[in-house]
Amino acid sequence: MLPYILIFVSAIFVNNIVLSQFLGICPFLGVSKKIDTALGMGAAVTFVLTVATIVTYLLQILLKAWHVEFLQTILFILVIAALVQMIEIILKKISPALYQALGVFLPLITTNCCILGVAIIVADEKKLLASLPAGAEYGLLSGTLFAFATALGFALALVLFAGIREQLALNKVPKAMQGTPIALLTAGLLAMAFMGFSGVV
Amino acid sequence: MSNGLKTLTNGLLKENPTFVLVLGMCPTLATTTSAINGMSMGLATMFVLVCSNIVISLLKNLIPDKVRIPAFIVVIATFVTIVQLAMQAYLPSIYEVLGLFIPLIVVNCIVLGRAEAFAAKNSVGLSALDGIGMGLGFTLALTLLGACREILGSGKIFSIGTFEGFQIFPNNFAALIFVLAPGAFIALAYLMAIMNKLQKK
Amino acid sequence: MKKLESTFLNMVLSLVLIAVVAAAGLAGIYSLTKEKIDDQQNQKRQAAIREVVLPNAEATVEIQITSDTIREEENGKQWVIHNIHQDGQFIGAAVETSGTGFGGEQKLMIGFNPEGEIINYTVLEHQETPGLGDKISNWFKTEKGNQDIRGRKGGELLVKQDGGDVDAITAATISSRAFLKAIREAHSAFKEDEVQEVTGTSQLKNQPAEPAAEATTETTTGATQINETEVSHE
Repeated sequence: MLPYILIFVSAIFVNNIVLSQFLGICPFLGVSKKIDTALGMGAAVTFVLTVATIVTYLLQILLKAWHVEFLQTILFILVIAALVQMIEIILKKISPALYQALGVFLPLITTNCCILGVAIIVADEKKLLASLPAGAEYGLLSGTLFAFATALGFALALVLFAGIREQLALNKVPKAMQGTPIALLTAGLLAMAFMGFSGVV
Repeated sequence: MSNGLKTLTNGLLKENPTFVLVLGMCPTLATTTSAINGMSMGLATMFVLVCSNIVISLLKNLIPDKVRIPAFIVVIATFVTIVQLAMQAYLPSIYEVLGLFIPLIVVNCIVLGRAEAFAAKNSVGLSALDGIGMGLGFTLALTLLGACREILGSGKIFSIGTFEGFQIFPNNFAALIFVLAPGAFIALAYLMAIMNKLQKK
Repeated sequence: MKKLESTFLNMVLSLVLIAVVAAAGLAGIYSLTKEKIDDQQNQKRQAAIREVVLPNAEATVEIQITSDTIREEENGKQWVIHNIHQDGQFIGAAVETSGTGFGGEQKLMIGFNPEGEIINYTVLEHQETPGLGDKISNWFKTEKGNQDIRGRKGGELLVKQDGGDVDAITAATISSRAFLKAIREAHSAFKEDEVQEVTGTSQLKNQPAEPAAEATTETTTGATQINETEVSHE
């Protein structure tokens, strides 16, 4: 049981996907001006990342069985793109309210590299074990938990960052630093704060 | 000819993918722990950019509009896999460092962005030049950022593998933070601010 | 040429065509590079074995490698032991071992001579902090203070903080501690392997080493032969 709890601590705080692995920086900088949108994006990514990881994990078993591992990149990105479309259509039918909340973010997710990145990590036993705390075993369960925890880490970083940026918008910033530079600088300080977690797991 | 030259230099300065368009941030931040690493990532991206631009420009009339995005993605993913296999075979030490970020070139917004915005509308020659220009702009930006981080973080430059690089000042005075995650954000923030300042003049 | 219309047939045809060409092209390139990629990994391991057991020898010196795996059933940990023979004589072993450091797993290769003293070591993979923990790559083979572990018995190494006499890396005690623990485990795996060899659990070492004549000398890495056996213990 303990290793599975540690997966969460490790993926959310110690090896935060945005602030220490540098995946998903684009939405992190792009949709972090308001806490509301950050929450929506975080929820959408959590949903898609978990589903996409399960699907690509199963797909990898097929790729291995047929000895065509070199098609991994092509197939994964196509599957993720198709999956996002499908989730969009299903959501529209089943839960219009949820679609209202997440809909605008869904098309953006295909090019969010943390989805493909996590899918590739989970598909490879060596890579996943290196990202998991000691004692965890390789499998669909730990892979899915890792994906879910990673997505929570993404959401946490995004919401924290959006909170800081909302405050920052009220301050005077030197002209050359306005826009992306000051956002990056803030992200740097946030990353430094998260470094304090290193070595916990 | 002047048209070609303009296309080529466009990506270097006016529309520099990193400093002006702010695209492809994930590899920019993650792989620039040293000048050589940044440059390798830039060159790998450039290869994919040029090849996919050429092929997409050649195929532009064969691809119906409605399925152009998946078609582009397949072309790009193919070249990414070629780079991945070639690097694994011939440059294993660099592949180990860049690792996950090689397959993630697929979701680098620059590549799909240029395919959609330029190669799908222009001749093969111009598309190739555009790929070279954008690729060089990206490579230069990554090398510059990598060099800054390496010098500030370890006092050295151009170290690779067992080759120690050129010591610029003693290691004891280096600020390690620049090689770590927060340093990536901070160094890029200041580089961008400097670029903004210079361009205003 | 006119642009193709977006009819259903056209869409399916063009996508299928692109996918088939892409897959065929990749299959070709994959088969071209596959051998080279496998070769690279093998070469890396061979180079590491030579570095830790014969640090000063030319890469052309012939050696024979016999590999055993020692497994600990309890937690699934395992050590791969490459016993090295030169001209039919046992000159030492390279042991692959691992430990959990500050940033994640450290994978090491440790060379022992027949007496169990460390000849040399190399770090295969690590995720330690750059500039602090990643000093494990050189720290313990640098002649300075009490930090050099080469020539010492592998089973007794502890950092000063734990009552031993080895200098830990400044500001990276956890990395150092994990490193020395991995070495101690490698040492006991090495001993374990030796015991099993003597009692005859594995017959490999009892056989005289293959005559050198059978080995080819053209290759730069020398002729090496790997026999794999697996030994498990409680």
